[in-house]
Amino acid sequence: MSEQDDAQLKALLKKHFDPVATEPIPARMYLRRPPWIGYAKAAMLVAVGIAIGLAIPYFRPAGVPVAAAQPAATFPMRAARAHLVYAPEVRHPVEVDATQQEHLVKWLSKRLALELKVPLLTGEGFELLGGRLLPGPEGPVAQFMYQDSAGKRLTLYVSKPNRADQPAAFRYAQEGPVSVFYWIDRDCGYALSGELDRPTLTRVATAVYRQLEP
Amino acid sequence: MDYDLIVPYIPNLRRYARALVGDRDGADDLVQDTLERAVRKFHLWRPGDLRAWLFSIMHNVFVNQLKARRIPSDVEVDETFAAPMSSVGPLDLQDLQRALSTLAPEQREVVLLVALEDMSYADVSRALGIPMGTVMSRLSRGRERLRKVMNAEGPRAGLKVVT
Repeated sequence: MSEQDDAQLKALLKKHFDPVATEPIPARMYLRRPPWIGYAKAAMLVAVGIAIGLAIPYFRPAGVPVAAAQPAATFPMRAARAHLVYAPEVRHPVEVDATQQEHLVKWLSKRLALELKVPLLTGEGFELLGGRLLPGPEGPVAQFMYQDSAGKRLTLYVSKPNRADQPAAFRYAQEGPVSVFYWIDRDCGYALSGELDRPTLTRVATAVYRQLEP
Repeated sequence: MDYDLIVPYIPNLRRYARALVGDRDGADDLVQDTLERAVRKFHLWRPGDLRAWLFSIMHNVFVNQLKARRIPSDVEVDETFAAPMSSVGPLDLQDLQRALSTLAPEQREVVLLVALEDMSYADVSRALGIPMGTVMSRLSRGRERLRKVMNAEGPRAGLKVVT
């Protein structure tokens, strides 16, 4: 084959694909700000939350007894428990599997009254298995499950925050054997749980955080 | 800021990804994953050829995606390709994409990096992490196959590559 052929082939490919380079760049590709901006934002939410929490006693009318505080399970605790229940399931890890992803997302979004997004974690080596609906203390909760090639599973627990849940920045919690990364903002709380070492979970959780928090 | 250094390469990454993957959404997902990984791994970049570094990241993400879809990347595509070229007349984008899709992914990568990015063999070798000799053999086999597929439909204006 001659150099002329190669040049022709190159010209043909360029002619057809060069226009892609001048297409407007999708907005989502610009959103990758460094994570610390997200952390800073979340940290501020935490500070505001604490300030409100501290201020509440001053606004409470004197003499009204406060209901005995029940040691309610915290958000990461609930996520870890849900992980422990469903992640070992061999035959029924999810209610709706990933082949029906569109239906899954629509269904859970409707039940939670939230517009859910399912992060893509193939870049981190995890593939979506599917998801299920779970009961939470104040309403429905969604759980998405992922699995890597070695069969290790991760769950992403998504719910509206409870009244008791403080907004939280990107935080780490250890609940028994389960490591949990979680963050809670005004509308939604996310927790990524897995029986994985912390660096791996950090890596995946960062990817989830980036995809969910533009 | 690291991301500002990467932004100028987004058009190059998108153009290449579109030709590599075929469909727009799949290609943009590949770009997105590449950008995310690049930002995350930016501390590993040693000042040098940023473009080659970005394409090497895209290569890794692409290979992972192929694995995730369980498409063996090292299997030669069957000589007979199922869908015939659709239109009569000059080669259109769909025909070209179909022809590209008959190449083994690793041949497609080399052919496209050289054609679209004007990469030298050394650049391609660095971006894909393969020896120069492999670059050359994949390039010539890939080009040859592409020509064969495109010419298989008989002489058509704008399609026939004259030898």
